[in-house]
Amino acid sequence: MRVSLYRDEGVVLRTQKLGEADRIVTILTRRTGRVRAVAKGVRRTSSRFGARLEPFTHVDLQLHAGRSLDVVTQAETLHPYGEALVSDYPRYTSGMAMLETAEKLTSGEKEPALRQFLLLVGGLRTLADGSHDPRLVLDAYFLRSLAVAGYAPSLDKCARCGAEGVRSFAIVTGGMVCGTCRTPGAASPAPPTVALMVALLRGDWDAADASETRHRTECSGLVAAYLQWHLEHGIRSLQHVERV
Amino acid sequence: MYEGVVQRLIDELGLLPGVGPKSAQRIAFHVLAADPVDVKRLAHVLLEVKEKVRFCRICGNVAAEEECRICRDPRRDPHVICVVEESKDVVAIEKTREFRGRYHVLGGAISPIEGVGPDDLRIRELMTRLADGEVTELILATDPNLEGEATATYLARLLKPMGLKVTRLASGLPVGGDLEYADEVTLGRAFEGRRLLDV
Repeated sequence: MRVSLYRDEGVVLRTQKLGEADRIVTILTRRTGRVRAVAKGVRRTSSRFGARLEPFTHVDLQLHAGRSLDVVTQAETLHPYGEALVSDYPRYTSGMAMLETAEKLTSGEKEPALRQFLLLVGGLRTLADGSHDPRLVLDAYFLRSLAVAGYAPSLDKCARCGAEGVRSFAIVTGGMVCGTCRTPGAASPAPPTVALMVALLRGDWDAADASETRHRTECSGLVAAYLQWHLEHGIRSLQHVERV
Repeated sequence: MYEGVVQRLIDELGLLPGVGPKSAQRIAFHVLAADPVDVKRLAHVLLEVKEKVRFCRICGNVAAEEECRICRDPRRDPHVICVVEESKDVVAIEKTREFRGRYHVLGGAISPIEGVGPDDLRIRELMTRLADGEVTELILATDPNLEGEATATYLARLLKPMGLKVTRLASGLPVGGDLEYADEVTLGRAFEGRRLLDV
């Protein structure tokens, strides 16, 4: 007999109202991948789920597999990241852009995406502990999630010919390019901006934290453009992300 | 498929929220069987609601005139404004009979993932209302979910330089429930907002 109940842990990415008091919850789970499930009665103040199925919450779940949507039967909080983020508007908006990107990068439902899940949990933890500028955490998340998805930008060698001595950033070509391979419209970022992108991709926080505001701004612009070009979608939350 | 106008009625009813094809068919046949006077009354009310109901120019609540009943009422305290997301929230708070001030309806909550930012809400109108200095307290009564909390955080930060008293509705345990079923966030907030029992 097919077992229709299953257990997994996940991060709530998005919620949508359904009917009188229900919600459809989109969750990125550790083992199952991205799941859409109905949380019945969750909008009632007397709901047993309470705040457990709010976006950003890392939850331990029991789900009942349905034909089109699963149903959440039990939920226990592992880490309520939303509590720390919601009281700080720049962190909240950065976190929202992370959740939206995680949803877009895991296009297929129930296709396991363990590395994306681990990256998201790590990103939310770093964002919530408040130890770094939220824009840096967001850009680091963007670069690494792109790398996991196979779109890592080439930053030290020409993305087209592999030559050293790169000066321009061409989104379409896949990162930094040499003078010969440079395409019209390619940006010419300052060397410290490229160094910041390398630091964020590698997780070198000492170098990233020491960067100047103008290089962070330039880095954010390039990373956002690169992400949205490769996703073939705009990230709606990005226009609401607030810089500190 | 039914003939002509019956099918059109089913199709129109099926566009309403929460009404599926079967429900639409059931309602359509109820209308067919109903007294013509009742059906005319329903049709008249549907037209009237679209023609007459508008949004209050002061608070954004649904109103039958240019200003809503609460904004016109001189007995309401003009020094306190309660900020809510939707008109439905005004009705819920009015039922408590605890609040005698006025309201401001934002028309939603900040939700970056849905593309709703501060500029899409009636925040500018709220700031205009506060400009004359008559209001001394603002109660933030947005929903106690993530989007409502984020909206309250945004507003509190925006209002801080104005020196107003800004309060947030309390969060905690629902009356009539069991403590063991409360989630960690709600229970944590209930502890934060505990009150002295003075008996």
